[in-house]
Order: sequence, then C-alpha cells, then structure tokens
Amino acid sequence: MTKISVRVDQENVTDDVEPRMLLVQYLREKLGKTGTVIGCDTSNCGACTVHLNGRSVKSCNVLAVQADGGVVDTIERLADDDGTLHPVQVAFRECHGLQCGFCTPGMIMQSVDLLNENPDPTEEEVRLGLEGNLCRCTGYHNIVKSVLYAAELNKRGANA
Amino acid sequence: MIPARFDYVAPTSVEEALQALAEHGDEAKILAGGQSLLPVLRMRLNAPEWVIDLGKIDALRGIRDDGDAIVIGALTTHHDVMHDALVEEHALLIKKAATEVADAQVRHRGTFGGALAHADPAGDLGAPALALGAEFVIAGSGGTRTVGADDFFVDLFETAIGEDEILTEVRIPKHTGWGAHYAKFVRVAHQWPIVAVAATVKADGGTISEARVGLTNMGSTPLRARGVEEALAGATASEDGVREAAAKAADGTNPPSDLNGSAEYRRHLATVLTRRAVAAAAGG
Ligand SMILES: Cc1cc2nc3c(=O)[nH]c(=O)nc-3n(C[C@H](O)[C@H](O)[C@H](O)COP(=O)(O)OP(=O)(O)OC[C@H]3O[C@@H](n4cnc5c(N)ncnc54)[C@H](O)[C@@H]3O)c2cc1C
Ligand code: FES
Ligand code: FES
Repeated sequence: MTKISVRVDQENVTDDVEPRMLLVQYLREKLGKTGTVIGCDTSNCGACTVHLNGRSVKSCNVLAVQADGGVVDTIERLADDDGTLHPVQVAFRECHGLQCGFCTPGMIMQSVDLLNENPDPTEEEVRLGLEGNLCRCTGYHNIVKSVLYAAELNKRGANA
Repeated sequence: MIPARFDYVAPTSVEEALQALAEHGDEAKILAGGQSLLPVLRMRLNAPEWVIDLGKIDALRGIRDDGDAIVIGALTTHHDVMHDALVEEHALLIKKAATEVADAQVRHRGTFGGALAHADPAGDLGAPALALGAEFVIAGSGGTRTVGADDFFVDLFETAIGEDEILTEVRIPKHTGWGAHYAKFVRVAHQWPIVAVAATVKADGGTISEARVGLTNMGSTPLRARGVEEALAGATASEDGVREAAAKAADGTNPPSDLNGSAEYRRHLATVLTRRAVAAAAGG
C-alpha cells in the first residue's frame, strides 16, 4: 500500500491505496464519486475525463498514486452547492448535447478544459478539442453546438 | 482491466531513480506519463514487479535554450511542448508533430521522453526528432552519455537506452526560420498514423535550399528520407516542384502490411504525403 494525499472536489483526502489502483477506480470505489464513468478498456473513449492539477486527463489511464499531492476535480463539483449548473452543463441541456448521457460527464469535463484554454473556439477547434471523447448516440452535432453555446453563455456572463 | 500487482517507488531525483533501477533491474519498468505503459499493464501484456515513477523528478521537466540547440526535458508533456515559444521558434517541426499526437487528455499526461523511449514505429515524435538530428542524453550509474538520432532507434519498441538507464533530455539543434509540416494520414480522429511524413525546409525566395524529411511507420523505426532531402536542394517550393524528389520517399523503406493497409499502399502514401508535407513546409 502507498499513502496518497489528494484534494478531490475541494476536499482533502488521505488514503492508503494499492499502487496499481487506477484514479478512476479510486474516485468511484473508494470515494463513491460515481459521476465519473468508465466507458472502455483502451483509454480511447474519454468518458472518465476529470481534471488533474487543472488539466483534463483520462482517469482510467492515471494511477491514483500519480495524483498524490495533486488536485482532482470531477463532474460532481461542477454545479454550485445550491444546484446552479455550470454554463457548460446548462448548454448541454439547452442544446440537447446528450441522449443516453453515458459520455456526458467526460464530454463536459473536456469541454470545460477546452473553454478554459480557448474561451472563443471555432466549430473546427471544438471538434478537434473533443477528439478524445466518443459518443455513440448524438452524432456529435449537438455536442459541438453545446460547447459553442457555452462559450456564448460565458461571454454573456463576463459582460453582465 | 486493471494492472497486475506491482511495488511502487516515486524517487525525487535522477540519482535515486537510477539507484532503484540498479536494485530492481530487469523486474522494473519506468513510468513517465503512463499513456503508453498503463494501457500495456492494464491489458496485462506486461507485468513488472516494480514500477519506478519519474513523475516527482521536477528537474526532468521544462525546455531551455542552450546556444545552438534547445533542450527538452524528458518529462515535458506533449501539451507543454506544443505551446512552448522556443520550440515554435527553433524546432517548428516538433510543435507541428506534437499537436498531432493523440488527443488533448493524452497530451496533458504523455511526455516527450516517454514517447521517444517507447519507440512505437507509429509514434509521431520519432520521425521529427530524427529529421532534426536530435541528440538523446541518457543517464546511467556510470554517468551520462549522448546518443545521436541515427543510433537511438534500434528496432520496434527498442532504443539505445539500456535497462538500467534513463533518458533525461533531448537536444534539438536549432532550425530557426525553417518552415515545417507534419502530414499524418489517419482514418479516424486521435489515431496512430497509418503513415506520416515530417518535413522541415529552408526556403529562400520560392526555392528550397535545404530540407530534412522523416518517415513514420515506414519500417520498424522512424526513417530519414535522405534521397528526398538531396533531391530537394534547389527545387521550387510548390507541389509540382517537389514531385520528382518526393517520388523517392519510399526508397529503402520496409513498411508493414496490416489491417490499415498493405506495404504497397504505404509506399504510395509516403510519396504523396512527402509531396504535401514538403510543399506545405516550404509555404508552396
Ligand atoms: C488513446 C491514446 C492515443 C494515442 N495516440 C497517439 C498518437 O496518435 N501518436 C503518438 O505518437 N502517440 C500516441 N499515444 C501515446 C502517447 O504519445 C504517449 O504519451 C507516449 O507514447 C508515451 O509517453 P509517456 O510519458 O506516457 O510514457 P509512459 O507510458 O510512461 O512510458 C512509455 C515507455 O517508455 C519508457 N520510458 C518513459 N520515460 C522514460 C525515460 N525518461 N527513460 C527511459 N525510459 C522511459 C517506459 O518504461 C515505457 O516502457 C496515444 C496514447 C493513448 C492512450
Ligand atoms: S474509460 Fe477512460 S478513456 Fe474510456
Ligand atoms: S449520449 Fe450516449 S454516448 Fe453520448
């Protein structure tokens, strides 16, 4: 067992974990944060995307021990405590950016990262930025629309 | 799936890491970003007894100016390489290729040194490093040695790095002002290239004076298309102007045949992509 200290969704946690434990397993099985899901066995689908030290990563392809000393943010802390949704969540709801919803936690976390880096992306930049996230339902159009609309909402928020 | 059980150390200096390697030798695997190693461990294609995580060795991260070269620390992520001003100014080809690696999430974790040490023949960074004449700085218990690009890539997934050694940094000779393009052919997004061509050229007034061309996935290691490079000197910087030189791209290569395409198809792709990459690099 290896001791790790991580700040997850704004709370400090310290745990003994098996070195082989994946970050996604740690989040789901140890911390009960099942908002982050597992969609594949090959690190291709992006459903498990969380932020590690402020940048998006596939949490199925990171060991929990590699997050030691770091900060992890998941879909579960994206909305405010009072339930107010994050602009990207609002946009996915408004633009029908999901059908079954399985890819959505990862899509949203990747979209948040994308907009942090590029607040005003073109459609092409959105498509490229989401290339590591697969969706079996929507055909992507409404997801792209959602991200562009979220950028719009962020701009409005900034000007309000 | 999850990896088989292993013991884990996370040294904070290269010396400590080398010590751990010396102790656990052939039962150990080095972990950098984990973007190639973890999939392998999860598929249980490999089950080392020890994993030595370099992630806490900050000295291995970052990019610096070193006179006639820039030096990229082995642990620098693809994302940081892509966005670095020194890389853009002096080794544009590396920036172009790093941008094409995998997807954003993988680029946030995967490292420059890890990708080169992994030496996947379809990896996107080997051909640009080879084309630019990179030098690989390798640390071992007996000290540090430098290996040239021509000797670094040995075979499929095999480099000059010994079992008890660590790649610490990569020196890229400056190619300031050279145009560059990485032409990567894939069927779907965020995939490994079926074939890719890394081209960087020095062009004056519409004429190419010097060129470097590297090939990805045209053999068991990245390859340098020297015949093309020689034929390009003096060529006009346009697709038509480079057509004849690009036709030599597949000379001396030994591409694989697999589900993505036959060797013959890859040879054809290499010539087409070379033409496009060189013309784009030359701004033609
Ligand atoms: C979904 C997905 C898609 C991908 N697509 C592409 C792609 O299109 N193109 C591409 O080029 N790559 C792609 N990759 C691989 C990616 O580029 C990896 O980041 C890279 O190959 C390995 O870097 P790493 O730091 O993650 O190394 P690790 O996975 O940590 O290590 C890889 C290997 O190198 C060894 N190693 C690592 N660092 C050192 C060192 N400093 N000294 C000695 N040995 C070392 C390790 O022991 C291991 O054997 C993809 C990966 C994934 C998961
Ligand atoms: S579950 Fe992590 S990429 Fe698919
Ligand atoms: S909404 Fe079903 S996978 Fe994307």
